[in-house]
Amino acid sequence: MSRASLILALTALVALALLPFYAGEYFINLASQILIAAIFASSLNLLVGYGGLTSLGHAAFVGVSAYVFAWLTTHAGAGPAVAAAAALVGATIVACVFGLVALRATGLGFLMITLAFSQILWGLAYRWASVTNGDNGISGIPRFSPFGLSLDGAAAFYWFTLALCVIAFAAIAAFASSAFGAALRGTRDEPRRMAALGHDVRLIRWITFVYAGFWAGVAGLLYVNYNKFIHPSAMSITNSAEGLLAVIAGGSGTLAGPIVGATLIMLLKNYVSAYVERWNMLLGFVFVAIVLIAPDGVIPGLRRAAARIRGGRK
Amino acid sequence: MQFWIIQFLNSLALGGLLFLLSSGFSLIFGLMRLANLTHGAFFMVGAYIGASLLRQRVVGMDLWLAALLAGIALAALGGLLERLVLRRLAGNSLGQVLVTLGVAFILSDACLLVWGGDPIPVPTPRALARPIFFAGLAFPTYRLVVIVVSVVVAVGLHALLERTRIGAMIRAGVDDMPIARAVGIRVSRLFTAVFCLGAGLAGAAGVLGGPIFSAYPGLDADMLPLALIVVILGGVGSLAGAFVGSFIIGAIYTFGSTLFPDLAYFILFLPMIVVIAYRPEGLFGRIAA
Repeated sequence: MSRASLILALTALVALALLPFYAGEYFINLASQILIAAIFASSLNLLVGYGGLTSLGHAAFVGVSAYVFAWLTTHAGAGPAVAAAAALVGATIVACVFGLVALRATGLGFLMITLAFSQILWGLAYRWASVTNGDNGISGIPRFSPFGLSLDGAAAFYWFTLALCVIAFAAIAAFASSAFGAALRGTRDEPRRMAALGHDVRLIRWITFVYAGFWAGVAGLLYVNYNKFIHPSAMSITNSAEGLLAVIAGGSGTLAGPIVGATLIMLLKNYVSAYVERWNMLLGFVFVAIVLIAPDGVIPGLRRAAARIRGGRK
Repeated sequence: MQFWIIQFLNSLALGGLLFLLSSGFSLIFGLMRLANLTHGAFFMVGAYIGASLLRQRVVGMDLWLAALLAGIALAALGGLLERLVLRRLAGNSLGQVLVTLGVAFILSDACLLVWGGDPIPVPTPRALARPIFFAGLAFPTYRLVVIVVSVVVAVGLHALLERTRIGAMIRAGVDDMPIARAVGIRVSRLFTAVFCLGAGLAGAAGVLGGPIFSAYPGLDADMLPLALIVVILGGVGSLAGAFVGSFIIGAIYTFGSTLFPDLAYFILFLPMIVVIAYRPEGLFGRIAA
């Protein structure tokens, strides 16, 4: 990370940490939602951007984690800490299994298999009403209270989310910039050469898939704690697609891209939903527009524009 | 006995509808390397068009005419999508998938806007509403008709692909696109033709599925994964694969829903996992997805 971007990141972090002192509750809650979406998009970016594996089923891990937490706290009488740990383990195990199967394919095959898998889980959440309560969803889920601190206030929950968010970004950035991350980028660009060099391409992809699934599980845990409610739509194709759009709109394969993309999409979603109910239609149009107009995302686009301005001055 | 006969016919009818849907998806994928995620939305739009036409009591309107009209409408829509948008992204298969997904969202929300959120039941044609009695057992006529139609379409598509000039060109495009271009086949026209055909079949299938499923929001999200699983199972670009895959999934889904109603979706995992693990190119596929 260059010195300038480090200073920028630290300034942003301080501004975010102080947000509850200068913003109202509406904005604090909106910021919590954006942070959760940013963790989700960043985890997906490991697959899409660094691994070249476009998944359309990433919301499945959000759903698994959220449902495990919801079910354990409301039906099994488990404490939030135990339920949270079980939720992350659950999401990771599902990622292990899905990864084994989906990574038999790459490219469009991988996309179709991940989509089919997540749709199966989505259908299961609707149909398996004795556990998931079907279309009614599970409500009355308690928020966890780490170290005895209550997270029921908007500001408290926001700070907790922000702290987890920083950990998640650091962990994802460390993963991407490690030697393993370099090997992962190698499997994206030159899978056959990587195999010839003695790297186990599928193992590298599988580990990434599981790691990305784990962090999506973290996002799911925050999601269910924020909403205190879970519904099958949490793992709908719309949610997976929103994450993917955030990655692509922000610029896949960059660390800041998914954060920017998630922020843009959550702001758009919140402000548009306040006026019209046509979010899905708008999401569709944004998809088409991004692919046709800015296929490499907003951040590379801005960087290009900046380079052009600098170039013009010389 | 009666129960099992009805379940058996239900599973075959679902398989037939899945074939009408997934054969187009599979041909499009095989020829154009394009996973058309609007396919579920095409089916749903077809179902809604059918529901509107049949409930309006238009003079002379029957199910077959409605299916034909919806098929033509969806073929035109598909052709426009291919010509105006997908063509501009030729070679960028990821961009194409994302655009089809975006269009699927747009169509699905447009249906909600036009037809509202309540399911619209589609009446079974009066002549086919009464079951056929044979050997003291009742056979639901409409299911039988759907099965016959899908088999007729399968035979027709097979003849189209294997016996006609255009079919030979499509097969050449699926097997080896650069050589097909090199010998002078207008592959881009084939793209439009196959895309129209696939979209039209999906639309007509939606009309035929109306009396069974009725038209409701989310029908697209219910049908698309089934079609995906059929194609993953049968192998992309293979008509035989789509046919066999459709009836396997139709049977698993129908009997799964009856025997384990909670876990019907989950059971769909099993054939997928087995096929992907042991034969990633699908049962009848020659190319890996």
